[in-house]
Amino acid sequence: MWDPIWITVKLAFITTVILLVLGTPVGWWLARSKAWWKEAVAAIVALPIVLPPTVMGFYLLIALGPDSPIGQITTEVFGRALPFTFAGLVVGSVIYSMPFVIQPIRNAFEAIGDRPLEVAATLRASRLDSFFSVALPMARPGLLTGAVLGFAHTVGEFGVILMIGGNIPGETKVLSVAIYDHVEALEWGQAHILSAGLLVFSFLVILSMMVFEKRLGRRLR
Amino acid sequence: MKNTQSKEIIAKFSGSLDQFDLSVDVTLPARGVTALFGRSGCGKTTVLRCLAGLSRVDRGYLSVKGKVWQDGNYFLPTPKRPVGFVFQEASLFPHLSVDENLTFGQRRAGDRANIISRDDLVELLGLGALMNRSTHHLSGGERQRVAIGRALLSGPELLLMDEPLAALDRLSKNEIIPYLDRLFKTLDIPMIFVSHDTEEVERLADHMVIMDRGKIVSNGLLSDVLSDPALFIAEGPKTSSVIEVEVVSFSEVDKITEVRVEGGRLQIPGQLSDVGSKQRISIAANDVSLAKEQPSETTILNVLPARILDIHLLDGARCNLLLSIGHQNEDGARFLARITQRSLRKFDFAIGHNIYAQVKSVSMVGAKI
Repeated sequence: MWDPIWITVKLAFITTVILLVLGTPVGWWLARSKAWWKEAVAAIVALPIVLPPTVMGFYLLIALGPDSPIGQITTEVFGRALPFTFAGLVVGSVIYSMPFVIQPIRNAFEAIGDRPLEVAATLRASRLDSFFSVALPMARPGLLTGAVLGFAHTVGEFGVILMIGGNIPGETKVLSVAIYDHVEALEWGQAHILSAGLLVFSFLVILSMMVFEKRLGRRLR
Repeated sequence: MKNTQSKEIIAKFSGSLDQFDLSVDVTLPARGVTALFGRSGCGKTTVLRCLAGLSRVDRGYLSVKGKVWQDGNYFLPTPKRPVGFVFQEASLFPHLSVDENLTFGQRRAGDRANIISRDDLVELLGLGALMNRSTHHLSGGERQRVAIGRALLSGPELLLMDEPLAALDRLSKNEIIPYLDRLFKTLDIPMIFVSHDTEEVERLADHMVIMDRGKIVSNGLLSDVLSDPALFIAEGPKTSSVIEVEVVSFSEVDKITEVRVEGGRLQIPGQLSDVGSKQRISIAANDVSLAKEQPSETTILNVLPARILDIHLLDGARCNLLLSIGHQNEDGARFLARITQRSLRKFDFAIGHNIYAQVKSVSMVGAKI
């Protein structure tokens, strides 16, 4: 019973970290760029919200599979293709949860506006300097929201994982898949425990996020 | 950085910015306080932003005290320009304390960090009591004082202020003006501030630039610009002229201060200031009436011999007359009188005539050294 929990937490944590590192510059670019094709990029980022997870999983399976260019590279470097590995789950989760992290970050950067950055520029701060000393600290509520949503969303992932991760105990079997298996095997007790745990977890996530946001928001207003 | 010989501020900006056409070519003194004045939407803020490098027009040239900041393709980016910029809203960083806001620029100013001593500035702006407060619990006036302090601690060679008082209510304005006054007198940094409020300009500026529809329409000493009868600001109902005076004496008996102006003397009720000090007074054009002969019986204290230098008819019934104090020459202090066109015709006033100006009231503007 502990294996799926541990795999799920590890997956969600790694995914969130990767998304924060990738999502911050992308969110910044989406908030500040004046490029005409920026909304096209924004749409690609948002696509996983509307795309059925099985469709995404299917394409990922093909894109990462041993016969694809990416699959050939990973086989070359790691000795195997990504589907049905934990690394494959991470790649899938990063794409699947991307909009839930990038959107709040973008919104937070947009809410800052030009003025604080102009002020920073007149106070001798270079662009990079003002990004780290003004924009990032002012966007903290958005970064936090993004991290929490990204983590929680990854924990609940099911369709994509089933498509590209299969159901390998100890490697790719996450909580939601474990619940599904328990139900299939008519192990209601186990299913109840895991489901209730996830219910409580989800409630706590949303609650703490609301409280945190309120507090941070007040400090930054 | 390239260099030129000029010790002034030379700014040439022309081009289109957000569908607004700017065409400015102006030389400003690199000392004292310059007011950039005009109606809203005339481009004064854009000029200020161009000076700071926050906005960029197609064709720009800018040199400050011999250093070229911008010329053709050469463009010194904002963080590299030693300017202090105070925005209309204080724009304090919400994630930093008052103290951290103040040191933000100072820590990045390099060898210019200590041009102004932090202690002096805290004293000048009365920031001592605010230091440990959160920026969220400051009043509008306090926030703006912190913003001004923050800009100055970045060691600027030029302080730019975009309507620093416009967002404040009357009370906060009155609270902050004495601080600005003291600051301007104490610090040897040229300052340019944008304003659409003549009272503010009269109080704080030495030099005045008037803009209209993206162009400079007047540029000169405050007193000269304010007494130009043809400018649009001379058409308003509250038109007034500013004159520099020196306090000569104060009569304890009837509490009247006598001051010297170029070409004559004025008597002002109340104790204006110490004898010998230089002051700035304002005469409202509507408070001046004219007489052909010296009026022998009048309650008005100040009846000045003056010469008419210019006449400008306004739309409607009135006209502006530019006067110079004294009958001998035209070197006297200049001010505007507002009379009706009917009186103008009745007395046959014309340019060059010697007349007597009766000044009903004189008000004191902020003290100047």
